[in-house]
Amino acid sequence: MYVHQLYKMNNMIDFLSQPWPWYISGPLIALVMFLLLRFGGNFGVSATLRSMCSMAGAGKYCDFFDFNWKSQRWNLIFALGAVVGGFIASTALKSTEPLALNPNTIEDLSQLGIYFTGEMVPMEIFSWNSLLTIKGFVVLIVGGFLVGFGTRWAGGCTSGHAISGLSDFQLPSLIAVIGFFIGGLVMTFLIFPILF
Amino acid sequence: MKFIQFLFIGMFFGIVMTKSEVISWFRIQEMFRFQSFHMYGVIGSAWLMGVFFVQLIKRKNIKTHNGSNIAFKNKDFSVSRYLFGGTIFGLGWALTGACPGPLYTLVGNGFTVFIAVILSALLGTYVYGLLKNKLPH
Repeated sequence: MYVHQLYKMNNMIDFLSQPWPWYISGPLIALVMFLLLRFGGNFGVSATLRSMCSMAGAGKYCDFFDFNWKSQRWNLIFALGAVVGGFIASTALKSTEPLALNPNTIEDLSQLGIYFTGEMVPMEIFSWNSLLTIKGFVVLIVGGFLVGFGTRWAGGCTSGHAISGLSDFQLPSLIAVIGFFIGGLVMTFLIFPILF
Repeated sequence: MKFIQFLFIGMFFGIVMTKSEVISWFRIQEMFRFQSFHMYGVIGSAWLMGVFFVQLIKRKNIKTHNGSNIAFKNKDFSVSRYLFGGTIFGLGWALTGACPGPLYTLVGNGFTVFIAVILSALLGTYVYGLLKNKLPH
């Protein structure tokens, strides 16, 4: 009996370890939004960046961070959970298959000198050593800066605007999402060929 | 612990984002190059299901676990704020291949250099706070 259950559990883990299709993942992300609302929160991850600035004492120098960050503790705990979830998914539920990336994307990126090896991210850029190179600095530090600056200016990121806002038919969120794509396309097609 | 449910929801979110590969820099490139339906499928089906959940909450008057109302605030209308801010975020999204949710989950995946990306995003958020009154909103 016990061996049988163990066998079934292993099958389950194998099943969950495959890459999940979009039609499973998308609705589950909406479920995350629903659960957050149900427990008195909301789905907006970039707000955690503002809370952390406030937590670090930025409120002393700038009014924008002078608010009660403790009211946002639930969101910081949520973000911590997202770290732990990433750890579980990449260890206990690690996929044995490489990413099923479109061959055209692989080809386009290899022409820029970025090679796909089956990992989630190009390791030659996303390593600590690459921070000291110009490309690595631009991707990691300038990129991170733009994410923090842009999301706060726009008042939200993919979770806050593309999922939460659009689900409530908020026109400002649609404008923000159009902006996300303008920026993404300009970077991909105009700046990448210069940068890489 | 008071916030334990948020830890679990976050863990679930991190697992979904990893297993659906939306944390992948390559997947974001594939999306911006219009070479796969995957990311559009994830965001599109999340949106459709999200519309369902929001309508369910509004029509069935679903409350939070402790009985208070779930309020949906209308966002203040503006074009410049969302368009300019959104475009700047988009530039960063294509560079890092990650929006804020994946930034955290990538660290959990063992790509620790994303700690540097998060620190830089905190700096970006701080600089926005300093310049807020000078920017169009």
